[in-house]
Amino acid sequence: MSTLTPTAAEPAPRARRRLPSMSWPGLLGLAVLLAWMLAALVGPSLMGQDGSDMGTGDVFARISAQHWLGTDYLGRDMLARVIEGARYTVGVALIATLAASSTGTVLALLAASSAPWLDGTLSRAIDTLTSIPSKMLALIMVAAFGSSLPMLILTAAIIYVPGAYRIARSLAVNINAMDYVVVARTRGEGRLYIMLQEILPNIINPMLADLGLRFVYVVLLLASLSFLGLGVQPPAADWGSLVRENIGALPTGGAAIIAPALAIASLTIAVNLLIDNLPGRAAREGGVH
Amino acid sequence: MGAPVNVRGLRIVVDKANGGGEQAIVDNLNFTIAPGEVLALIGESGSGKTTTALALMGYARHGCRIAGGSVTIGDTDVLALTEPQQRALRGRTVAYIAQSAAASFNPSRTIMDQVIEPALIHKLMPREQAEVKAVELFRELALPDPDHIGSRYPHQVSGGQLQRLMAAMALISDPDLVILDEPTTALDVTTQIEVLRAFRRVVRERRATAVYVSHDLAVVAQMADHILVLRDGTMRELGATEQIITAPVNDYTQCLLAAARPREREGGQCSAQAGESQPLLEVKNLSAGYGPVDKQGKPAILILEDINLKLYRGQAIGVIGESGSGKTTLARAIAGLIAPSKGQMLFNGKALPPTLAQRSKDELRKVQIVFQMADTALNPSHSIERILARPLQFYKGLTGAALQKRIAELLDLVKLPASAAQRLPGGLSGGQKQRVNLARALAAEPDLILCDEVTSALDTVVGAAVLDLIAELRRELGLSYLFISHDLHTVRSVCDEIVVMQHGRKLAQVARADYERGPHHPYYELLARSVPELRRGWLDEQVVVAA
Repeated sequence: MSTLTPTAAEPAPRARRRLPSMSWPGLLGLAVLLAWMLAALVGPSLMGQDGSDMGTGDVFARISAQHWLGTDYLGRDMLARVIEGARYTVGVALIATLAASSTGTVLALLAASSAPWLDGTLSRAIDTLTSIPSKMLALIMVAAFGSSLPMLILTAAIIYVPGAYRIARSLAVNINAMDYVVVARTRGEGRLYIMLQEILPNIINPMLADLGLRFVYVVLLLASLSFLGLGVQPPAADWGSLVRENIGALPTGGAAIIAPALAIASLTIAVNLLIDNLPGRAAREGGVH
Repeated sequence: MGAPVNVRGLRIVVDKANGGGEQAIVDNLNFTIAPGEVLALIGESGSGKTTTALALMGYARHGCRIAGGSVTIGDTDVLALTEPQQRALRGRTVAYIAQSAAASFNPSRTIMDQVIEPALIHKLMPREQAEVKAVELFRELALPDPDHIGSRYPHQVSGGQLQRLMAAMALISDPDLVILDEPTTALDVTTQIEVLRAFRRVVRERRATAVYVSHDLAVVAQMADHILVLRDGTMRELGATEQIITAPVNDYTQCLLAAARPREREGGQCSAQAGESQPLLEVKNLSAGYGPVDKQGKPAILILEDINLKLYRGQAIGVIGESGSGKTTLARAIAGLIAPSKGQMLFNGKALPPTLAQRSKDELRKVQIVFQMADTALNPSHSIERILARPLQFYKGLTGAALQKRIAELLDLVKLPASAAQRLPGGLSGGQKQRVNLARALAAEPDLILCDEVTSALDTVVGAAVLDLIAELRRELGLSYLFISHDLHTVRSVCDEIVVMQHGRKLAQVARADYERGPHHPYYELLARSVPELRRGWLDEQVVVAA
């Protein structure tokens, strides 16, 4: 009876029928996130200037009609650099974070709802992963397989799985002890149903909050990898490396360093705003009392 | 020693979240307590009784606000005091005894340290003097080994003792007013009677003014001089205890009294009487426990030992015992949640496999379990419709219109409005949640329902309605129940037979016809005697019996 018995499809929850009503901070977050995604997808082809063109302008030039965000330490157009960087940051960081969080959550659900031996094996395996210094792991992986975007995504995802797993498991173990899970077990439900239908909806909110935090870490990890020369390879650059390579503009407060920093801030704040205001959360909290 | 308490026009409000003004949870409350008298606040949960009690200390819980009125204790106007002055008042002029002493004691400090803390905080007396006084109080409260109990830690004493120790903590500063907030609700009946006795003695001897908050009228009848009945934050009736319990004026008070009176609920035909010989469920020499198993197959901690039980179709058997008697473990063993170490279970004459994994879907369907806490038994992120739909889909494969129709029928069966289907459990009251909990078990169309303390988390009135429903379902659907409870009244009112358990063993089995006819097993007699009766002077008689 441990396999999931095929049953009729779940009826679509009624709440889905009407448009999700979200508060304005959530909508703002969604708008900013969509804007950056759009920039990453179609931005470079719309740009008049090429981010790798050093041109004839000054280095660290101020904001002007020609260079909307000034120029960087080699005289390249900053706006073009930021928009090209969006592809790496939004793409690599977001995908890696999603992969890390979802893998961690699924493994945690499996561990929480399974026999103690499987839980123990999984947890110790994840502990082993935690004990490897993350930068060293990245170094080895890049050295072995070369630096490419899929490689970077995979590396960042592996590094951040243990944290997500730990949090999700501790939440899931508590939910697993609840009477409604016991009721589902006595009904004869399979493990997959208990994992996905009974436990997951009750841990999804804290896991989403964790995802927002983890996203910031991944952006920082990618930036530090780029600094070591292991991340996105020059002349391409993610936002983290743009901040790093234009650090010389800091004393003069040039746009070259402020622009990518603001870009990182806007993206992370937008992701967190969106997550905190997802519909369903408010409904559930409002349902109590 | 007590001071008069005067409350005038008390109004406490909750500010609504999205700027929608305020909602009164206690409105226009007036009462006075003469020095040395005990006033009981009684009402269902959400009636504002604890909120009122806390307001006597000038305290409002998070999100609430005392919006108007006055509270005077002696000559002090509590609500006019500043925050530091109120802090000086609490624990000294007014003391509070909370419902769960186990949650109120700090587990990492000795009992003595915590009991004398109020005296030290308010600098009433030096430490040595406070300790002497504490030991005196321990003696007065009839605690065992009063000279040394103070050096123990909270986990080393029982729940009933802890509750009395908390009373000692409250009384150490000789307060003018003592507030007791459901101090015995979490205790077993036999423990409750001891604690009540101890409380009443100290309250009487010290002539303290006291406010006793409870939902249990029978308990209140023993403790209070006057009773104030609250509902939805307004006063329904205020009168002397004798008058309230014998000649209530208000409709709601009458309703409360009716629910508190034990009443037998007819359960319909039982097949044993109809001459059927094969029991629906037969438990033979069942033992179960936790921990590693030794060579003889005996677990390290044995919870159940040698239980024998026969349950016929249509019958309801009550299992009664104090906490730790193994009654819940029995239900879990029958449900397949814990594998028995010895013995077997027969269902309709066929052996029931010990674990869930070995049982067939049909065997699982026929035995359904209903848990005590509806709050944790319903998934908070599933709508009621989805909760009820799942067993229907899982066992019967119902879809579409047939599914919707059956859900509507189930809601109707447990007397819930059809509109409840779209709500989440958080949007329902405690009683409604327990009805959904029952409906989910009914959805499987089981032969046997295991009810684990289904009414103990509910108020008297709501609990009585749920019991009515359970009896009615049994009559209409011919269900069988194994009804587990620590409350003899509850069990008596719905069951044909009572199984008494203690320390994991079955002590006695009493049939309905013999409830009042003795002699029974002494432990059953003790349990029966310990259930508070709804009349004054009952507690005094018990003292005589015990002596």
